[in-house]
Amino acid sequence: MTAPKLPLEESGGRAPLLEVDGLVMRYDTEAGEVSAVENVSFALARGEAMGLVGESGCGKTSVALSLLRLAPENARYQSGSVRWEGVNLLDLSDQQMREYRWAEISMVFQGAMNAWNPVYRVGAQIREAMDQHFDPPLGSSETEQRIDQLFQLVGLDPAVQRRYPHELSGGMRQRAVIAMALSCDPKLIIADEPTTALDVIVQAQILEELKEIQQDLGLSILYISHDMAVIAQVTDTIGVMYAGKMVEFGSTQEVFHRPSHPYSFLLLSSIPSVTGPRRRPMSLEGTPPNLLAPPSGCRFHPRCPWATEQCRQEEPPMMPIGPSQWAACWNAEQVPQMGEPAP
Amino acid sequence: MSLVKVEGLRRLFPVSPGLFRRKTGFVHAVDDLDFEIGIGESLGLVGESGCGKTTTGRMLVGLETPDQGSIVLGQADGTQMDVVNLRADQRVKFRRQVQMIFQDPYESINPRRTVFETVGEPLLIHGIGDLGTREEQIREMLRKVGLAPPESFMFRYPHELSGGQRQRVAIARALILQPRLVVADEPTSMLDVSIRISIMELMSRLAKQMGVSYLYITHDLAVARYMCDRIAVMYLGKVVEIGETEQLLANPLHPYTQALLSAVPVPDPSLPPPQVQIKGGIGKAVDPAPECRFVDRCPQAADVCRSTPHPPLEDKGGGRLVSCHLVDRSSI
Repeated sequence: MTAPKLPLEESGGRAPLLEVDGLVMRYDTEAGEVSAVENVSFALARGEAMGLVGESGCGKTSVALSLLRLAPENARYQSGSVRWEGVNLLDLSDQQMREYRWAEISMVFQGAMNAWNPVYRVGAQIREAMDQHFDPPLGSSETEQRIDQLFQLVGLDPAVQRRYPHELSGGMRQRAVIAMALSCDPKLIIADEPTTALDVIVQAQILEELKEIQQDLGLSILYISHDMAVIAQVTDTIGVMYAGKMVEFGSTQEVFHRPSHPYSFLLLSSIPSVTGPRRRPMSLEGTPPNLLAPPSGCRFHPRCPWATEQCRQEEPPMMPIGPSQWAACWNAEQVPQMGEPAP
Repeated sequence: MSLVKVEGLRRLFPVSPGLFRRKTGFVHAVDDLDFEIGIGESLGLVGESGCGKTTTGRMLVGLETPDQGSIVLGQADGTQMDVVNLRADQRVKFRRQVQMIFQDPYESINPRRTVFETVGEPLLIHGIGDLGTREEQIREMLRKVGLAPPESFMFRYPHELSGGQRQRVAIARALILQPRLVVADEPTSMLDVSIRISIMELMSRLAKQMGVSYLYITHDLAVARYMCDRIAVMYLGKVVEIGETEQLLANPLHPYTQALLSAVPVPDPSLPPPQVQIKGGIGKAVDPAPECRFVDRCPQAADVCRSTPHPPLEDKGGGRLVSCHLVDRSSI
C-alpha cells in the first residue's frame, strides 16, 4: 500500500523542513521481525511544534531515532523516506549524516538529565559537543560567549557551567541539556519526554521557556510524550501513534476538539483533569499488540469498541476528516464527541 | 470518628558534608504534621518531590520511626493504638491493620516468587487458615483485583506479568488481610496512561467494598481529584493546606496550592498555557529559618511573613485548614 500523501500547503503555507513519507522500519530480533514503524507519514514546517503521542512501545521513539539515523544496529529501513529540506537522510552515508546530527537536528533524549558525565563540569561537556560539530570550529572565547548566552536563554546563571552535574537540581540539569541541544544552532530539536521526571512547577517553567525559545529562534520542535496535557499546550500539530502506525494526524486544536480515531478518542477520554466538571475518565481496556505478529487489518481492532468485519480484514489508510485532520479509521464518523460515553 | 490521628509528627535526617565528617545540620523532612484520616476515607498527600510525603507515609506503616509526635490508630473496640510506641504484643495486630502499596511494581515484588506465594505470604505470616482455605482466599482476592481466572495467574512469576498486572498483584497482597488503612505511594505513576485509570478505578472500588481508608501519596493533583475525598498539600515538610477535594481545587487558598494548581497542564489546546507565578525550584529544608517555609518563593509575601514564625494550620471554615498569615476566614 502506498503512503497517503498529506497536503503540505495546509501547514499555513510554510515550507516543510521535514517530510517523512511512508516510513517502514523493523527490528530484527531472535524471536523474529518487530514491526516498529509501519508506513508513517508526516510533515513538519519551519518554526512549527509537533507532538508525537501514544502508549509505551507504540514506536514514537523509533520514529524520532530514525530522523537522526540513530536507531539500534538491528533496525532495518524497509521503505519510505525522511526528507530534510529535500534530501533523503536515509540515502546518506554515515559520514554525510554526521553533518546533519546536532548541527541541523538535535535531540533531547529521554532521561538525558541523568546522562551527564559526573566527573566533568557541565560547561566542558557542552564545549565538547560544540568542538565536534562546528565547522569551522569556533575560537575558545567565542565558544565561552556562546555557552553564556545559551545558559541565559534557558534560564540558568552562566556561572552554572563551572559546576558539576551532581551540584545541580533535576530542573537545572534538564535546562543544561536543552542548552546543549541548542548549542550548534539546529533548526529542529527532537524532545523525547523532556519534562517527564520533573515536578509540575518546574515542568511548566521549562515548557514556557521552550516555547519562548522556539518563537524567538524560529525553531521547529518535535515533542514526544505520553502526556496529552503537555502536548495540548505546546504543539501546533499532533500525530497519534498506535502499535507502530500513525492513526491520526492533524492540527492540535482539531484533534483535541474532535478526535476522529477511536484510539485518540479513548486516549483523550482517559486523562483526568483538574479543571472542568468532574468527569470520570474512561479506561482503555486491553493491552497493545505484540508487534512480532501484529493483528490483521486495523491494528487497533482487538481493543476498539466500534470494530467491524472490515476492520479485521482491511487496513484503513489515512483519510481526510477536516481541513487539517486525517485519521486511519473505517468508522471515523461513529466516534462520539468528547465527553460522550463510548459503547 | 477518625481512624488515624497524627499529631506533631516530625522526622529529621542528619546531613554531613562528607562520609565520617561531623553532622552539620538536619533536613526537616517532616516537620510538625497534624492530620486525621476518617474510616473509609481517602486522604491525598500532594506535593513536589522532596516535600516529605513519602517519609510521612513510611512513618504511618512503621517503616520509619518519628523523632517526635504521635500516630494513633483507632481500634474497632474503641481503644486507641499508639503506633509510635507499639508494645510487642501489638506489633502483629498493627501490621494486620496497616499495609502499603509501593510505586514501582517492578521493584516491589519478589521476582523469584509466584503470584500465589506473594499474595499468600501475609496469610502465612499471620497464621491464617490452612492451605486449603488460604488457596480459596487467594483465588477470591485475585478475582477481586481482576486477575481472572485465578488459575491462569496463580503460578506465574512476575516477569510473566505486565506492569499493570504486577500492580494488581501488589494490591491483592496489600488487601488480602483486610487492612483498615493502606498507604499507597504513587501506585499509578509508573504505569501507562491507558492502564492508570483501570488501576485507579480498581483501588477506589475495593476501598468501598472493603471499607479501607487510603493515604494516597501523589504528585499529580488530577489523580488526587479522582482518588481522594480530601487533599493535604505539603511543602518542605509542612502541610500548608487541607480541604475537601473539589472545594480545594475550585478555590485554593494557600499561595503554594494556587501555584501548584496553576502549573498543572490542562488537556485543552484552546486554553492558554499555565502561567507560573513562582520562580525557582523546591529545595531542601536544612535547618530552616523559623519564618514561613514558602516565603522566599511566595508571590504574595508581606512583612508579617518574614517577621513571624511559620503560621499554624488554622481552620478557615468549612473544614478547610490553611497555614498562611494572609488568608482570613472571609476567603472561603
